[in-house]
Amino acid sequence: MEITKTSTKPKVQEHDHHDDHHEQSFITKYIFSEDHKMIAKQFLISGIFWAIMGGALSSLFRIQLGFPDMDLTALSPIIGNWLTPQGKIDPEVYLALITMHGTIMVFFVLTAGLSGTFSNFLIPLQIGARDMASGFMNMLSYWFFFLSSIVMFISIFVEGGPASGGWTIYPPLSALPQAVSGSGMGMTLWLISMALFIVSALLGSLNYITTVINLRTEGMTFFRMPLTIWAFLVTAILGVLSFPVLLSAALLLIMDRSFGTSFYLSDIYIAGEALSNQGGSAILFQHLFWFLGHPEVYIVILPSLGITSEIIATCSRKPIFGYRAMVYSIFGIGVLSFVVWAHHMFISGMNPFLGSVFTILTLIIAVPSAVKAFNYIATLWRGNIVFTPAMLFSIGLVSFFISGGLTGLFLGNSVIDINLHDTYFVVAHFHIVMGSASFFGLFAGVYHWFPKMYGRMMNRTLGYIHFWVTFIGAYLVFFPLHYIGIAGFPRRYYSFTNFETGRIESFIDLNTFVSFAAIITFIAQFIFLFNFFYSIYRGRKASKNPWNSNTIEWTTPVEPGHGNWPGAIPKVERWPYDYSKPGSDKDFIPQNIPLSKTPESNMPDDSSR
Amino acid sequence: MNLIIGIILLLSLAVVFLLFRSTEILSVAKKKITHSFEDSNNSFNAITGVIFMVTSFIVVFWYSYDQFENYFLPMASQHAPEVEMLFWATMAVTFTVFLITQVMMFYFGYRYRYNKNRKAYFYPENHKLEIVWTVVPAIVLVGLVGWGLYKWNKIMGPPPRDAEIIEIVGYQFAWASRYPGPDNELGNANYKLIDVENIVGIDFTDTSSLDDFMPREIHIPKGKPVLFKIKARDVIHSVYLPYMRSQMNAVPGMPTQMWFIPTKTTAEMREETGNENFNFEIVCNKICGRAHFSMKHTVIVQEEWEYIKWKNEQKSWIEKNPDYYANFIKNNSTDVATLND
Repeated sequence: MEITKTSTKPKVQEHDHHDDHHEQSFITKYIFSEDHKMIAKQFLISGIFWAIMGGALSSLFRIQLGFPDMDLTALSPIIGNWLTPQGKIDPEVYLALITMHGTIMVFFVLTAGLSGTFSNFLIPLQIGARDMASGFMNMLSYWFFFLSSIVMFISIFVEGGPASGGWTIYPPLSALPQAVSGSGMGMTLWLISMALFIVSALLGSLNYITTVINLRTEGMTFFRMPLTIWAFLVTAILGVLSFPVLLSAALLLIMDRSFGTSFYLSDIYIAGEALSNQGGSAILFQHLFWFLGHPEVYIVILPSLGITSEIIATCSRKPIFGYRAMVYSIFGIGVLSFVVWAHHMFISGMNPFLGSVFTILTLIIAVPSAVKAFNYIATLWRGNIVFTPAMLFSIGLVSFFISGGLTGLFLGNSVIDINLHDTYFVVAHFHIVMGSASFFGLFAGVYHWFPKMYGRMMNRTLGYIHFWVTFIGAYLVFFPLHYIGIAGFPRRYYSFTNFETGRIESFIDLNTFVSFAAIITFIAQFIFLFNFFYSIYRGRKASKNPWNSNTIEWTTPVEPGHGNWPGAIPKVERWPYDYSKPGSDKDFIPQNIPLSKTPESNMPDDSSR
Repeated sequence: MNLIIGIILLLSLAVVFLLFRSTEILSVAKKKITHSFEDSNNSFNAITGVIFMVTSFIVVFWYSYDQFENYFLPMASQHAPEVEMLFWATMAVTFTVFLITQVMMFYFGYRYRYNKNRKAYFYPENHKLEIVWTVVPAIVLVGLVGWGLYKWNKIMGPPPRDAEIIEIVGYQFAWASRYPGPDNELGNANYKLIDVENIVGIDFTDTSSLDDFMPREIHIPKGKPVLFKIKARDVIHSVYLPYMRSQMNAVPGMPTQMWFIPTKTTAEMREETGNENFNFEIVCNKICGRAHFSMKHTVIVQEEWEYIKWKNEQKSWIEKNPDYYANFIKNNSTDVATLND
């Protein structure tokens, strides 16, 4: 807290103050840390743990889909009673696996792991602040997330298994333990875990917003902020506005499950008994869920797009094309993301007129997304492109964002969605556009800012191998699913042996191929893990600004200490994208270099940037 | 087997480790500064990108062409070709954009890879260009949306008056169907009346329910509009008929409906697909529990005269279950009156 106060005091005092600020015990430094950099690392490591977990679960159910006859008895020491006596995965366990895979990947990896890591790490460093607005709230945010993680982790091992109604947990399936055994204790823990998660997300988001608005250093006007910060800001705003709605949906579901209310339940006869619940609406839950659920998709992808914008500009040695257009499109996406939710519900039985409205709104959101994609490509044009691993992952992200975004035009058009809804086409679409793309943003961010996090470099050769295996692998996994979806294969099917006589053969080979690719791609991630953990200790020492980048986090010491800058915080004099400016002999001019020092390269419109 | 997998894992770990150490040591030996940009790696990555792109496009084109019969289902309802028309129009638009953008991206990566003698072109913005690529997609999208909504309103709009009405009820893990019988009116039903025999909870105090019948398989006539009145007993299910390009969720407590006009009989489809066991099936397409994957129901499309003949042969439910009906009337008549109030 002291730190934030000092930043308004005159600079000389700050300097003095920070020289005697280094005594910290192990607990306050590494565990209950209030330092944004340490909290970012905590989120990152937790995110990595969950990513391995989510990936392992997906490998398991891909084995079921790709090699349905395989005897998994060899795995029984690990997964024990999840197997049937024949050594196959039990159908309910299969549903639990996909549910947990979805929940873990969407919330624990790509929301907490991604936003938690990079918003925390980069916001203070890139806007020139000593720390977050509230270090204490920031610490609480992590520890609520930790608690939430523990509850979710426990839920995997309870009697009856974890939640198994899909990550969207539509009631009545999720409300009635009679319907599926995962809707007993597993679902209760899922809801508790998500409630804690929402607390964590809100504490984090409020902090990010406050910090960006209030703690920018001198000269850091809004339109001089790097696009990463814009993306994190809008992401945080989306989180603050949408997560409470999920909390309300979860609370009502808890009431229905445990206290006999009928918010979502009506006219149900199950397990030989007619329930007394009447008057509820199962559709209500879907509206509430997707009111969060759709902004959530953008909460997942926007930080990645922000990271990519920064890396593509740096590694093309060129300003990002259309900076303002990028900012406006981030805002456009943010605002529109709140009014498109019912495109997940075209055939839910809601009024078809609503379907028409949401088709129009949904396809509008494609416009700012298209602008972003075109701007990335324009940035590459006539650049001087350096393929660092981070740059490769950024280009991979743009490739996925385009491929997956385009299939959105099919699903967003209600009439086409009639046939494609809940098929593998949907699975392909969102795994490419929000799954793979966001993951690539995460990887890009780690490779790019690793030197700032740990003061060392990650190995480039391993980075290249990791990229090519993952990039090709992800396309091999998800692209074929489009065909399976167009053929009308429903998602969340344990097996297709009973599916439409004569059609089961059509994609057996393709499914085996996809599973094979998925497992290889998953295993390849261990190259990254090795590179990551080994480089923390044994990587080559980094220089202060290894990528010749303009943003001010690279003006800190190689390993920034508490308070980030040992002396005064640099004053920001220009926008962050002065790469390869004509007249300048270097191909980058950091943000803290005043215009008065670069008369040879100044331009008439510099003051407007 | 486990041993082999273990050894393979161990060896790959060793390879990764050696790669790591050797490249680190090599780069130290060459005294490269960490951001030495122009090296063989840079060209390697640029060229691999182009190779990847070209190979992918060839494979995608080949597979899409070669496997067309496999993934493109025959169309068996009147609106199916209209849906597919829009689908393939969207495909044309998106694939063109896909092709252009991916080619540009990987080509630029190759063409403008780092060269220390060249400087990147400082090009922060171009309003004209940005307006173009905002407005052009917007116009194309307006076209797609307009087309889509026109068809959507038609397909989801009110069914024709002469539609054959059939009630479909989803429950874990099967479907039931009920026909209105000669009076063309479905009798009342109430979920509280459901039991092992009366699986959709028909209320027999309603006289229009007396001629309702519940066949084992759904029969529908070719060339006539068919209206499904959809219900669910326990959790959400989804009535999905891929060949008809029709789908609608079945929601407990909220009746839904969908209608379509079949254009191919089961016999015709058997001929077309060359599969003599072919059947249209309603498949469940909303996760509903343990046996979600095997929840299906056969639909038989017949010529209209066959259909009428079949319908006239059907016995009403109470005719098949006279004891149940007698008991029902004896026990439930007063209860049901209160239930329905």
